[in-house]
Amino acid sequence: MSFNVHAIKAIYKFELHRFGRTLMTSLFVPAITTSLYFIVFGSAIGSRMTEVDGIPYGAFIVPGLIMLSMFTESISNASFGIYMPKFTGTIYELHSAPVSPLESVIAFVGAAATKSMFIGLLILATAHLFVDMPIAHPIAMIGFMLLIAISFCLFGFILGIWAQSFEQLSVIPMLIVTPMTFLGGAFYSVHMLPEPWKTITLFNPVVYLISGFRWTFFGKGDVAMGISLTFVAGMLAVCLTVVWWMFKTGYRLKK
Amino acid sequence: MASILSVRGVSKRYASGHQALGEIDLDVEEGEIFALLGPNGAGKTTLISIICGIVNASGGTVTVDGHDIIRGYRHTRSTIGLVPQELATDMFERVIDTVSLSRGLFGKPRNDAYIEKILRDLSLWDKRAAKVQELSGGMKRRVMIAKALSHEPKLLFLDEPTAGVDVELRRDMWALVRQLRDNGATIILTTHYIEEAEDMADRIGVISKGELVLVEEKHALMKKLGRKVLHVRLSEAMSAVPAGLADWKLALRDEGHELEYEFDTHAEDTGVSALLARLGELGIGYKDLNTEESSLEDIFVSLVHAPKSTAKGEAA
Repeated sequence: MSFNVHAIKAIYKFELHRFGRTLMTSLFVPAITTSLYFIVFGSAIGSRMTEVDGIPYGAFIVPGLIMLSMFTESISNASFGIYMPKFTGTIYELHSAPVSPLESVIAFVGAAATKSMFIGLLILATAHLFVDMPIAHPIAMIGFMLLIAISFCLFGFILGIWAQSFEQLSVIPMLIVTPMTFLGGAFYSVHMLPEPWKTITLFNPVVYLISGFRWTFFGKGDVAMGISLTFVAGMLAVCLTVVWWMFKTGYRLKK
Repeated sequence: MASILSVRGVSKRYASGHQALGEIDLDVEEGEIFALLGPNGAGKTTLISIICGIVNASGGTVTVDGHDIIRGYRHTRSTIGLVPQELATDMFERVIDTVSLSRGLFGKPRNDAYIEKILRDLSLWDKRAAKVQELSGGMKRRVMIAKALSHEPKLLFLDEPTAGVDVELRRDMWALVRQLRDNGATIILTTHYIEEAEDMADRIGVISKGELVLVEEKHALMKKLGRKVLHVRLSEAMSAVPAGLADWKLALRDEGHELEYEFDTHAEDTGVSALLARLGELGIGYKDLNTEESSLEDIFVSLVHAPKSTAKGEAA
């Protein structure tokens, strides 16, 4: 048994089952939230707004909305997935099982990323009900979504291992990720900002993620696609390194 | 017989500085039931956790079924089944799902027939579709056992399996343990209940303050450390032990109605027959005689409370 495929399958299935149990909150809530954003920003305010970079405002905000939901859902699902066993004590079983760190990560992060993809695609489908949504590079769009899902699920996984209370679990998404997303051009183009805010905003990594995703829809973003991809790759690399280190040292996992 | 578990010089010091285990050496033979006895905080759970891979040892090596638990963790962990002391289960899952998850985690392909057999053996089959949180404490404990057995382990750890469990479930559980052993599994259990170890175990290890004070075959242990007490129920009460009986270590009990004589069961001459003969000579009548053997509990208490050196000396 050089690779425990059965364990990966078992965890993956178990995690998806857990999501299935909370289908109402996990799928319908993002769909409803997105619809609300469209009503408020797209219809009420958007109708009074000019086009942004030649794109109708209603369509312009879709990539940002998808990213916003995917960031928060990825982090919360993946962090809960590993935090709950720690909290209830069932993690003993994972520790005592012949499962390597890599296999754990593939299973937990894979399951959470699967759910994030569902949510992203669901929001996209919901958006289609409200606005005309061109997709310039469909394959790149799916690929980018996947990279974001995996990166943020990895980040959530790290958060779940690090957290020692429910408060810590929610503090990072609420206090850091959501504000960074709002300030990262989810609802506006960075070019619309006056200096010095424009320059300051460029230090926010989320800008590059949203811009890259927007590029896959409209063929243009706030920054070059290459820079966006570099940021995603960088985040993925950092998260992988941290996870590897956590398992190697048993950080907050083993006594 | 080959030893399925071999522990060599295993120690554990927690980050807090607490030395949970000294240097433990232990071998467990394939197919036996081994009981680890010890008071709370003695290090029983720490030792088990190290063997199962939940806690990293500070020093020493552990070999399970011929493989090192670190280099060969895939093999050793799939060989072991663990029923932990605390009831930690996926509360919102169905019984059958959580048991199936365990089987997969331990690298075994799906086998519905086997899962059904375990659930039936543990009287859980009717509850298979119930959520774990809906079950009683005893039922949850059964779920934990079903999870541990789901991947057909050769070595089963039961950490305080009957703590907080009612008499009936306890009996069922022990029947199951015997059945598992008959099927060739090796079982290591920890317990507070000495009668349990006395009933079940082939060998007993006593652990106290992180040290394995002794490891002994159960009957040998009882014999070696066993003392018997002879109670002589007198026809008439006496106020003091007569001078004529000074050769025996006697005590007067129950307001002079009973003579108590403590003797060593494996001494050449226990002194019992001579004592009875002398009673006859002195004309002391008695109504009844009975002897009482010290239990494992008495032995245990005397070991754990005795200074370490004496305890080791007695065991040797």
